[in-house]
Amino acid sequence: MCAKQVKKEARQVPTTGHEWDGIEELDNPMPRWWVWVFYATIIWGIWYSVAYPAWPMLTQATRGYLGQSTRADVEAEIKRFDDANAEIKAKLVAAPLTGIAGNDELNQYATAAGAAVFKTWCAQCHGSGAGGVQGKGYPNLTDNDWLWGGDMEAIYTTINHGIRNTTDADARYSEMPKFGVDQLLDETQIGQVVEYVLQLSGQEHDAALATAGQTVFVDNCAACHTETGAGDRAQGAPALNDAIWLYGGDRETITATVHGARYGVMPAWAGRLSEDEVRAVASYVHSLGGGE
Amino acid sequence: MSTPSTNEPSLYAAREPIFPRRVKGQFRTLKWWLMAVLLGIYYITPWIRWDRGPNLPDQAVLIDMANRRFFFFMIEIWPHEFYFVAGLLIMAGLGLFLFTSAAGRVWCGYACPQTVWTDLFILVERWVEGDRNARIRLHRQQWNGEKIRKRLVKWAIWFAIAIATGGAWIFYFTDAPALFWNLLDGTAHPIAYTTMFILAATTFAFGGFAREQMCIYACPWPRIQAAMMDEDTLTIGYREWRGEPRGKQNVAGNGDCIDCMACVNVCPMGIDIRNGQQLACITCGLCIDACNDMMDKIGKPRGLIGYLALTDETRERDGKPPKSVWSHVFRVRTIIYTSLWSLVGIALVVALFLRTEIDVNVTPVRNPQFVVLKDGSIRNTYEMRLRNKHGEDHWFAFSATTEGGDIFVLTLEGEDSLKVKVPANETRTQRLYVTAPAEAAAAAADRTEFRLWIEDLGSDTVPGTDRVHHDTVFNGKVE
Repeated sequence: MCAKQVKKEARQVPTTGHEWDGIEELDNPMPRWWVWVFYATIIWGIWYSVAYPAWPMLTQATRGYLGQSTRADVEAEIKRFDDANAEIKAKLVAAPLTGIAGNDELNQYATAAGAAVFKTWCAQCHGSGAGGVQGKGYPNLTDNDWLWGGDMEAIYTTINHGIRNTTDADARYSEMPKFGVDQLLDETQIGQVVEYVLQLSGQEHDAALATAGQTVFVDNCAACHTETGAGDRAQGAPALNDAIWLYGGDRETITATVHGARYGVMPAWAGRLSEDEVRAVASYVHSLGGGE
Repeated sequence: MSTPSTNEPSLYAAREPIFPRRVKGQFRTLKWWLMAVLLGIYYITPWIRWDRGPNLPDQAVLIDMANRRFFFFMIEIWPHEFYFVAGLLIMAGLGLFLFTSAAGRVWCGYACPQTVWTDLFILVERWVEGDRNARIRLHRQQWNGEKIRKRLVKWAIWFAIAIATGGAWIFYFTDAPALFWNLLDGTAHPIAYTTMFILAATTFAFGGFAREQMCIYACPWPRIQAAMMDEDTLTIGYREWRGEPRGKQNVAGNGDCIDCMACVNVCPMGIDIRNGQQLACITCGLCIDACNDMMDKIGKPRGLIGYLALTDETRERDGKPPKSVWSHVFRVRTIIYTSLWSLVGIALVVALFLRTEIDVNVTPVRNPQFVVLKDGSIRNTYEMRLRNKHGEDHWFAFSATTEGGDIFVLTLEGEDSLKVKVPANETRTQRLYVTAPAEAAAAAADRTEFRLWIEDLGSDTVPGTDRVHHDTVFNGKVE
């Protein structure tokens, strides 16, 4: 049926001359509107290259009479987001620090915005997950041990003014003496006090040396670290009776710390971050599991 | 454009206008009914109401893009359940394969929106401008008052249908009654107007002017269909051995075809089915109606044009009766398609009944992997996404079990107790802390698997029934 009848049709429509196994390819004309569409796309292309940035020149491409630029688009988009958030930012700045966590709307915004601020400015030292760097003195912010305090007020102050920096007069400051370097204690005394610190934190230690070390500790260390070794947040003195160590809790590391002392430094962020950003990142840090 | 020389055919040609004549018959009747049902489903569905409780929309079928929800009567689909939509698309695909392999382009001829709306537009055209001959006359005559009036009336009705079509589409995406009034008083969102007018424009252009060209030039489905069809597939064919040679009735040697052109005049695609199966034929069956009508008039048996498979053709040429319709429909190929279609369908229904009204995702926080606390205990953190599909706020409670009997202490960020309230129809993110005491085995083990149980305590008035679990891992500190 087919072969015979296609031939009948083929009498009206020319073929391309191609034939495979008796099947011929008809050469139907294109629809005329298709040709118009083709010319329309050419006109569109010319208009587009005049209206939008298109032709590469020596220093930059032609700008196009519409003046469109992806950079300006991004700026407009950022401004749109900023404008959209202006209201909640104002609320965040006006709210009492301790009232943020209890307010669902503020808390949601503050922790999300704070996470972004943290990843931009804080993650370099504290790690992108706020876990700090073990043994290098960058504190873990997700645990329940705080050098200078872990409530919203304390975290907010620390972020604003920083620690032991030279740029902010209100920076948190304290200095542990270099007991070995400055020859405040001799090697025997240092050995004894290290054994006592090991005992305080419940680690393996030499009982006889530790007993002698207790005297050394009370005379030289208890002023800041307190007699029980619980530390003092007013001076940023770490607790020595727990499982958390900033630089390491083994005999060798503790000896080195007593010998030469260690000071962590943190920049002041007031002025570099806006008030709402500081509050947001404080809320974020407070929400990581250690907040008090 | 270059002027083609006289002996070279032109590379392009204007569309031959088509003026389908009115026809009556069983396929035309079937098509009227299908058109009424399909258009009815399309236009009416967004207006059906369905009560889901105080915090959920009461529109039976609603695609809520802003909140990422899909409502279909008693079913509500969240983004993480998109496999239901994927499954339905697979079923739609397999369904098309099935129908095409059994009865050719039935989709194209009866159910395709392009066919249905074109049919509707031709109906309007016939109503305003008259039947085939009147329309040809109108097409050829000079522009005058009558032609302008008829064209304007036709286009106005087309445009009204087109607006209604674009309008009905947007009603699926937001509350229909509210949007309807917003559209009228000009307060609807610009996207609603834009979508409505774009769809109105395509409906107007495709149904009114492009018509069969969409099928011939634009649609990929006819090409794919060729692979679904075989010699047992029912298509529309002309019984050439009975009809030829065509010519005057009652002349010795002539076949049954009297060359009345009825089959050509009613064809919405503008083809001659007597040339055999061809690319442009959408198998709408109107030529069958036209020819049967003519055969009745000249007292010849019906079926000069009819549904016919290639295998029947050889049998009929040998004078044997054609195979039964059922032997064309029930074949290995169609049975395989039906089985696959049913399998996907059964899987979807089972999945639909197995899913719970609450749903939980738990992601362990691995940065840091674990946290040492002051007393030496080890804590892991988990980000939970809690989904409450109920129309009321529900309380969720948490507990953990392990095979080894390890004891974990659970706490929730920002909460004093081990339960949280998840708002109606929302997802709540919540941090969960799991702590192993310093002396516990899990605190010093690399991995301890445990099962987190989330129980739906229900709303303040109705107790919950669901309890789901999530298996995850606790990482300890290995010395």
